[in-house]
Amino acid sequence: MNTDKNPTALIAEDEPLLAAALQTELARAWPELQVLALVGDGASAVTQALRLQPDILFFDIRMPGLSGLDAAAELADAWDSAAPQKPFPALVFVTAYDQYAVAAFEAQAIDYLLKPLQTERLRKAVTKLQQALASHTQPALQFESTLAQLRGLLGASAPQAATPLRMIQASVGNAIRMVPLNEVVYFEAADKYIRVLTTSHEYLIRTALKELLPQLDASVFWQIHRGTVVNSACLDAVTRDEAGKLSVSLRGRRERLPVSRLYSHLFKAM
Amino acid sequence: MPAVSQAPCRWTMRALAQRSLPGLSVNTVIALLLTAFGVGDFGVNLIYSHCIGVSIWLLIEAALYWLMPEPDLQWRRMYLLVPLSVVLGYAIGLYLAAALLGHPLGWFGSGPPRVVLGYLLLSLIAGGTLSYYFMSREQLASASEEMALASARTETAQRQATESQLKLLQTQLDPHMLFNTLANLRALIATNPVAATEMLDRLNAYLRATLSASRATTHSLEAEFERLRDYLELMAVRLGARLQYSLELPPELSQCPVPTLLLQPLVENAIGHGLEPKVEGGRITVRASRSAGQLTLEVQDSGIGMARGDAATDGFGLSQVRERLASAYGELASFELRSDQASGTLARISFPG
Repeated sequence: MNTDKNPTALIAEDEPLLAAALQTELARAWPELQVLALVGDGASAVTQALRLQPDILFFDIRMPGLSGLDAAAELADAWDSAAPQKPFPALVFVTAYDQYAVAAFEAQAIDYLLKPLQTERLRKAVTKLQQALASHTQPALQFESTLAQLRGLLGASAPQAATPLRMIQASVGNAIRMVPLNEVVYFEAADKYIRVLTTSHEYLIRTALKELLPQLDASVFWQIHRGTVVNSACLDAVTRDEAGKLSVSLRGRRERLPVSRLYSHLFKAM
Repeated sequence: MPAVSQAPCRWTMRALAQRSLPGLSVNTVIALLLTAFGVGDFGVNLIYSHCIGVSIWLLIEAALYWLMPEPDLQWRRMYLLVPLSVVLGYAIGLYLAAALLGHPLGWFGSGPPRVVLGYLLLSLIAGGTLSYYFMSREQLASASEEMALASARTETAQRQATESQLKLLQTQLDPHMLFNTLANLRALIATNPVAATEMLDRLNAYLRATLSASRATTHSLEAEFERLRDYLELMAVRLGARLQYSLELPPELSQCPVPTLLLQPLVENAIGHGLEPKVEGGRITVRASRSAGQLTLEVQDSGIGMARGDAATDGFGLSQVRERLASAYGELASFELRSDQASGTLARISFPG
C-alpha cells in the first residue's frame, strides 16, 4: 500500500522489454510516479490491481488469457467491494495496432498509447493524467463515466450486423435444431462455445459470444456480464446483496445470474 | 449481358422503323432516277419503287427473324438470302403496286426481258448494298460490345489479383507484429545496442525475404530454415522466456528444394494462435525428415491448441499452404493438422523430395 502522496501505477504488458521500456520512459517523464508492479497477462493485472490499488493502470490491449479491455472490465466489477474508499484508477491502454480499438478510442476520454512509444506523446498522456488526478472530480461520477467508456470500447470490436439473427441453429446429434430467438432465455459463454438456454432445454453452439453479439437485437438481448446475455423479456427481478452485487432472476429458469458492475446501469429503480 | 439484351431489342417496332429509313430513301432515289432517265411518271415510279423495295426488305427481315436468330450465321447465308428475297420481293411488289394503281398485272414488268432483267438487277444492287450496310454496321456494334465486355473482364481479373496480393502482403506483414517488433527495437536501442543491431539485421532479412518471395520459386531447405530462424529470433526477443524454439534440419536434407517460405504461415500460426495467447508460453519445433522418397516437414507447438472443428475453418495462411502444395505437387503432397487443447498443434506436410 502506498502511504506517501506519490502517485502510483501498474503496468500490464506481455512483452518484457516493452514493459521495462515503458517504466523507464515514465521515470523520465514523471519522476514522482511510482510503478508498483509489472505484470504480463490480463488475469494477473486484475489481481495485482486489486491488491496494490494504484492510481493509474497502463494496460496492453492484446495480452494472453484476458485482453486489456476485459481485464479493466473485470477489475471494475470487483473494485467496489475490494477498495470501497479508493477511486477507480485512471486507465491508459497501450496497443501496437488495432483497427477497431484505435477508432473507438478517438471517441473516448480514456487515453491510449501506440507502440512504439513516442516520447512526446507519452509526455502529453502524463500531463493529462496529472490533471485528472489533481482535479477532484467526484470519484463516483468519474467511475460511472469510466464504465460508460469501457462499455463503448468493448462494444466497438465488431460492427453491428445489418440483418439481426432470427434463429439459433444448434446441432444436436445428427440434427440441427432451430431455436427461435424469443424462446432463448439467456446465452452463456463457455470457452469457445456458447450455451443457449431456453426454459426447458440447453444447446451448445460453436461461436464466440463476440461474434454472436453483433447479430442480436441489442434492445431485446442485454449483456449483463462479460459472458452472459439475457433476453430482457424474461427478466423477473433484480436484487442487490449485502456486498452491493446485483443479480437477476429470470422467468422460466431457476438460477440467478450475476450482473457485472459494467452493466449495472441497465437496472435502475424508476 | 449485352448479348442477351441485343436480341429482343433488334425486333421492336422502333428498331424496325429505324431500319426502314435508309431503304425508303433508296426507293425514292430509284424512282427519281427512273423519272430523270425518262421512264414513266414520277408518282407511278415512286409507288412501284416503294412497293418492290419494301417487299424485298420485309422478306429479308422476316427471313432473318424466323430462320436465323443467331447473328453469327447470318453473314454467310445473306449471299443466298438476298438474291432470293429480291426476286420474290420484286414479284410481290410488282403485283402490289399494280393492284394499288389499278394497272393490269404485269404492266411495269411487261416489256422486253432486257428491261425486266434491268429492273431486277437494279433491285438486286439496291437490296445487296443495303443489306451489306446493315450487316457490317451490326457486326461493328457487336464487335465493340464484345471488346467492352472483354476489357471489363480483364479489369475484374486484375482487381481480383491485386486484392489477393494485398491480402497476401497483409498476412505476411501483420501490422501488429511489425509495430511490436519496432517497439522492442526502440527499447533495445537505449539499453542494449548490440542486441538492437542484431534484431535490426533479423528484421531486415525477414522483411526482404517476405517482400521478395515469389510464390512460384523454390529454395533450399537450409534457406527456408534460415528464414524461419530470422522470424523466430524476432519473436524470441519479443516474447522473452515465453518462447523456446528448435529447428531440426538433418545436414543431408539441407539442399532439398522447397517452395519459398512454405512453412512461414505455419510457424506464424503456431505463435499467433498457439503460444501468444498462452500465459506461460511454450515451445515450437520445426523439423525435416525423409523416408521412402517422401520429405516430411513438421511444425509443432505446445500452445493452446484449437477447439474441435476449428481446423475446418482454414485461415488465409493455411489455405495458402494447401494451394501452393497442390499446385507444386498435386496429389503427391499431403497436409495434415492435428490439434488438441492439452498438447498443442502439429502441422505435417509431406511431398516427394
